Amino acid sequence: MSRVPLRPLARILSARQKGEDHKAIENENKHQRMLAARGRQRQMAEGRLLIASICFAAAFIAVGAKMFILSTTEAAEPRIASTDAKIYPQRANIVDRNGRILATNLSTYSLYAQPQMMTDPETSAVELAEIFPEIDAQKLLADFTGGRKFLWIKKKISPEQKQLVHDIGDPGLLFGPREMRLYPNGKLAAHVLGGAGFGREDVHSAEVIGVAGVEKTFDEFLRDPAQQGAPLELSIDMTVQDASAQVLQGGMKIMNAIGASSVLMNVKTGEIVSMVSLPDFDPNLRPPPTPAADPTLNPLFNRALQGVYELGSVFKTFTIAQALDSGLKTKDSVVDTRSPFVIGKYKIKDFRNYGTELSVEKILVKSSNIGTARIATEIGAERQREFFKSLGLLDVAPVEMVEAHGGRPQFPKKFSEISTVTMAYGHGIATSPVQVAAAYSSILNGGLRVTPTILKTPSVQPGPRVVSEETALTMRKLLRKVVLEGTASFGEVAGYDVGGKTGTADKPDPKGGYYDDKVIATFASVFPASDPQYVLIVTLDEPSETSSGEPRRTAGWTAVPVAAEMIRRIAPLLGIRPVIEPGPGFGIIQAKSSSQ
Amino acid sequence: MRLLIYLSLGMMVMFLAFWAYRENYQTQEALRDVEKLQSEIGRLGAGIRVQEAEWAYLNRPNRLRELTELNFERLQLMPLAPQHFGNLEQVAYPVLPILGQITDTVELRGQLPDDEGDISTTTGQQP
Repeated sequence: MSRVPLRPLARILSARQKGEDHKAIENENKHQRMLAARGRQRQMAEGRLLIASICFAAAFIAVGAKMFILSTTEAAEPRIASTDAKIYPQRANIVDRNGRILATNLSTYSLYAQPQMMTDPETSAVELAEIFPEIDAQKLLADFTGGRKFLWIKKKISPEQKQLVHDIGDPGLLFGPREMRLYPNGKLAAHVLGGAGFGREDVHSAEVIGVAGVEKTFDEFLRDPAQQGAPLELSIDMTVQDASAQVLQGGMKIMNAIGASSVLMNVKTGEIVSMVSLPDFDPNLRPPPTPAADPTLNPLFNRALQGVYELGSVFKTFTIAQALDSGLKTKDSVVDTRSPFVIGKYKIKDFRNYGTELSVEKILVKSSNIGTARIATEIGAERQREFFKSLGLLDVAPVEMVEAHGGRPQFPKKFSEISTVTMAYGHGIATSPVQVAAAYSSILNGGLRVTPTILKTPSVQPGPRVVSEETALTMRKLLRKVVLEGTASFGEVAGYDVGGKTGTADKPDPKGGYYDDKVIATFASVFPASDPQYVLIVTLDEPSETSSGEPRRTAGWTAVPVAAEMIRRIAPLLGIRPVIEPGPGFGIIQAKSSSQ
Repeated sequence: MRLLIYLSLGMMVMFLAFWAYRENYQTQEALRDVEKLQSEIGRLGAGIRVQEAEWAYLNRPNRLRELTELNFERLQLMPLAPQHFGNLEQVAYPVLPILGQITDTVELRGQLPDDEGDISTTTGQQP
């Protein structure tokens, strides 16, 4: 038997002495102890609950507070993560194929006014007009006193001008930082680059956006921070571009032309190495587009890309190439050239009478319309259309410039018999010089189609075949003969083996019909003809050569000498060594390989 | 024993608190430094871009052409023309400088190995 202590001992002992039952006391005591223990447990449980609820509340408050902070504060850049990040300009540079800068950014300032802060609007207006001669003091004063709260005075000012404005000392004249686009070479390649302007702007910064040329086409690329400031590399060679522009400017003046353009294309890659259009402009001060009577006279108009012209006899090359390639003719086949050649109600004549018959070679060398027209009738409308299409003459030139879409070729929807005949010698179809350059390149590089591009492309996928290699070889020889014996005799440049085809087309009169005394003279040339590397198209608008007293307008007298001078200047710059032309009877003979 | 543990724990907490405090301020200082350096890099980068723009502007073909024309008498620079290409044979070898009078000679005596590796005694005067 176990001994259990009697509790509460004092009361039990006294109760025992009195003879009372101690059990009741003991039970009561047990009951009270139990109640006390239960109270303690309850307190503990409550305490635990409290701690748990505090923990939960703290967690929810922390999450809530973080959410509140995130939603109310502005996002800061993670500074530690960006330690190796460089700071790039807002807009990437544009460089030529050798990495020389064509367009870059410069930090400058804009000038704005808050008239309500100005102390002396009259003096400020007068002094500002002195600093910026193009500002009218009266108009400025009216703006200052007219209740306006804010106005731009100049979007771009130089540091010197900033200092001068600072010296006026008016607290209402304020400066904001600006990035401006700078074209350090001025007018050089103006049509290719286009120009830039400001997009959305405020006092602290402004968006620089491209408004024309590659600046507009590659606007997103140039502004993309992910490119890390990588420049846009063009296929243009700055030195060649400058030399071409200089020669063309001189040629345009001597030949009394109102406009001129030249395109130099790499025959293998389709890269446009130089593209000149005159008159030109300074992209730093891009003139506003003026709604002129004739948009083609606007300096902003890119004749090489936007100007679609009937280019005349340069198209004979395509007709003859097709005739040779399809096996219809060989270069020695004889074609009837009796004048006039009547088709429907039209009579086709030659510049001169070339007798009753000519070989295909002579047709190209002497540029006989009748001969080409007869060949075209044999080719037929459908095949001609397909061939022109394969050369890219019927589609917009896929050059990466917004202006390319302005140069949509014009030709009849339906190739009728008469249109086939006229298109064979370049009438009734209007194309841009760039398209002709690409078509000549495609034929002469060995017969693989090239796509014209303004971007540096060191290697390209070979395009689909347009003519056979054999035809390409024959065409090179024929074009060389045009220079040696034919209409382009002024095109000879010693050592550079120039080949080419002239084209003189009457200019269409907007009132209908053609002008008698206005022509477009074109020379499509290739050099060196023995191993073609570049195609050069020179086009003069309304040239007339007057050295002999009588105006001469044919391309042979106008466009050809200009192109020859251009080749003399640019071929050495392109690194082409002058070669002694292989004499007749020498050269590479095509041998059939034994495996075939 | 227990006291020692409590004391050392307390010391440790104090030390860690001190360390954390210092690290915090050092990190902030480093971040400020980085920011300052980055803004300086940005400033210098902008400066370089200005220099590059100026270089391109001063070297624009138009200006170079004018300068060569202005200084034609001195520089005699011409536009590159086909006849400027030459053959390697056309380039003359540089004229060897004529040896001046040899003075201050020092007498040397030594052995030069000949082709077979034998050593022959030579005497000579070397400048």
